[in-house]
Amino acid sequence: MVMIETKAERMVINMGPHHPSMHGVLRLIVTLDGENVVDCEPVLGYLHRSMEKIAESRTIIQYLPYVTRWDYLATMFTEAITVNAPEKLANVPVPRRASYIRMIMLELSRIASHLLWLGTFVADIGAQTPFFYVFREREMIYDLFEAATGMRMMHNYFRIGGVAADLPYGWIEKCEDFCNYFTPVIDEYEKLITNNPIFRKRVEGLGTITRDEAINWGLSGPMLRGSGVKLDLRKVDHYELYDELDWDVQWETGGDCLARYLVRVREMRESTKILLQALKQIPGGSYENLEAQRVLAGPKSEWNSLDYQFISKKPSPTFKVAAGEHYVRVEAPKGELGVYIIGEDSVFPWRFKIRPPGFINLQILPELVRGMKLADIMAILGSVDIIMGEVDR
Amino acid sequence: MYGGIDLQRSLIEILTGLGLPADVAKVIWMLLPMAVMVLGVTVGALVCTWLERKISAAAQQRIGPEYAGPFGLLIPLADVGKLLIKQGTIPAKADPLLYTIGPALVFISVFLCYLVIPFGQNLIISDIGTGVFFIIAISSIAPIGLLMAGYSSNNKYSLLGGLRAAAQSISYEIPLALAVLAIALITNGLSTIDIVNQQAEYGILSWNIWRQPIGFVIFIIAALAECERLPFDLPEAEEELVAGYQTEYSGIRFAFFYGGSYANLLLAGLLASILYLGGWELPFPIDKISGALGIEANTAWWQVLAAFIGLTSTLVKTYAFIFFAILLRWTVPRVRIDQLLDLGWKFLLPIGLANLLITAALKLAFPFAFGG
Repeated sequence: MVMIETKAERMVINMGPHHPSMHGVLRLIVTLDGENVVDCEPVLGYLHRSMEKIAESRTIIQYLPYVTRWDYLATMFTEAITVNAPEKLANVPVPRRASYIRMIMLELSRIASHLLWLGTFVADIGAQTPFFYVFREREMIYDLFEAATGMRMMHNYFRIGGVAADLPYGWIEKCEDFCNYFTPVIDEYEKLITNNPIFRKRVEGLGTITRDEAINWGLSGPMLRGSGVKLDLRKVDHYELYDELDWDVQWETGGDCLARYLVRVREMRESTKILLQALKQIPGGSYENLEAQRVLAGPKSEWNSLDYQFISKKPSPTFKVAAGEHYVRVEAPKGELGVYIIGEDSVFPWRFKIRPPGFINLQILPELVRGMKLADIMAILGSVDIIMGEVDR
Repeated sequence: MYGGIDLQRSLIEILTGLGLPADVAKVIWMLLPMAVMVLGVTVGALVCTWLERKISAAAQQRIGPEYAGPFGLLIPLADVGKLLIKQGTIPAKADPLLYTIGPALVFISVFLCYLVIPFGQNLIISDIGTGVFFIIAISSIAPIGLLMAGYSSNNKYSLLGGLRAAAQSISYEIPLALAVLAIALITNGLSTIDIVNQQAEYGILSWNIWRQPIGFVIFIIAALAECERLPFDLPEAEEELVAGYQTEYSGIRFAFFYGGSYANLLLAGLLASILYLGGWELPFPIDKISGALGIEANTAWWQVLAAFIGLTSTLVKTYAFIFFAILLRWTVPRVRIDQLLDLGWKFLLPIGLANLLITAALKLAFPFAFGG
């Protein structure tokens, strides 16, 4: 029997680096067969700024202003890992109060990052409006950052042994206000997005990663937890003082874009929970209280002990990165953000290798989009949550 | 049913009274409504763009335009002015002829449809017997223009956008036609005037929306898809195809697409109000009002007033539809191309056919209510 066969010529289409939904300067060379994706090849490096090489000729203090440019949406995490690396190498103690301040900042930063991800993810699927709503809340977080650090995005707030300054007057109440305001807002987002039938149809069962695949590709963060691996470095590594707080690791077993969406939305709720507890438990309470207690009890009071300081000891400009090598990591909103540092007892680190979560999570993209429709590239890419600043460094 | 005012006869009478030959007066008359219609539709489309800005702003907790005139009302004029003086570039390897014809074809085909849109008993350019059929036929020329634009731009995004536009229009024209066909069955005719008149008898109760609820839903969905509005705006999906077939366009050629798309939205709104919402009729028959007030239906000032009320009524219904479309656009995500085609072929088409069949059966069973 003779069959009539239609053969469409394949189209190679170049998406990016300037494309509305390439999250910065990602470039995808996509081979299309009609509307179907045959192949997809990411091209990276348009935002490469030699971040690792720069680190080798800067002291940690000098280098800190650079690091917020890796992942410019979860800035606190990049600072945290940059100070954690030499801290762990030299065993610098961190006061409990400083640790709590760090946790508060990190969780706020996580919420800010997930919020922006939510906006762009839904915008990638075609709904523009949530993008404006998330900016409303993100603005409040940035106002809080501005009050505490003086800067909205590029804070330069973390220091070896603590943070640069204590929280200002009234900050803790403001932050609590934000947390109480924020939980109903997440409900609002969920009402708008989660059960929207068009949204469900666009993301359910799309870009599925199995548990084994997720582990084998080295994925981390919500990408890993969405595929049924209950792994959160905050629980695994016990860094800062997360163990003192009551919270759960959010995970899903679906492995599709919807699972990753659910994980991130629930993580925002969980972060709010962590924040509310940390704000209550912070040693010394608000700065007003701490200052009053110090004045009342005199110079020798327990309020001047290490636990109530925001930094253990002002780091000298010639702080030496101790000899030795070490890998430290934090659970950034995008996944495992790590630094492999090699010191040789000099002011500069000998090697400062960054393990950005976005870069490693992005690897699986061609695998996921093959055989999908053109529009699915955006949904899947959105669910991976990349920031080109940290992918290219 | 009384005739209402007859502008044509009155104007020709005035002109011949001024000493003009009857033929010249007729030619002058013919130009007048056309000019009014083109102007009116353009203004209507501009109002749509203003509404789009303002409603999207309200949905997104913004203010929207506010400095250009009161409430930013002059912003559409600023848009048009900007597009008129902007350089209209043609990409180096584009086909200049097709590239120019494309937007014109889209624009003209949309405006031609307004020939048979009535705003009142006699407020129509030409009441041809094939009214709605004419609209469906003419409006299906537009995708050819989109395809031309997409193909001639020498841009892969444009090509994909043009192809999507063609596929989408073809898929949704059929359910649209089926929904309209059911109306024609009830009306026993295709004339737009007849369609409105048969909804006039009992005010709001006799509107077609009660007799054709399924048809109304099909019509709304298909009309949104025909207008390429979200959730069906795949041909110009920004996140995927940059701007689809419009990617390379600028200046006045882009203005044709832009204006054409809003004129098309306005047309869809007008069609919805004429086919399903009683056109220029009020929720209660206007004859009853004049009867209750004791006014002779042929009084001149009452007829003018009634015409204005009818016009307002049509526009209110139309803009209600447009408000819904705009609100929908800023609320929902976009569907995928295969989901779009599935919805068209596997859902709307069978439902549309079933609706037609049910309408025919009801017409036989209850001829008094379904125009037997």
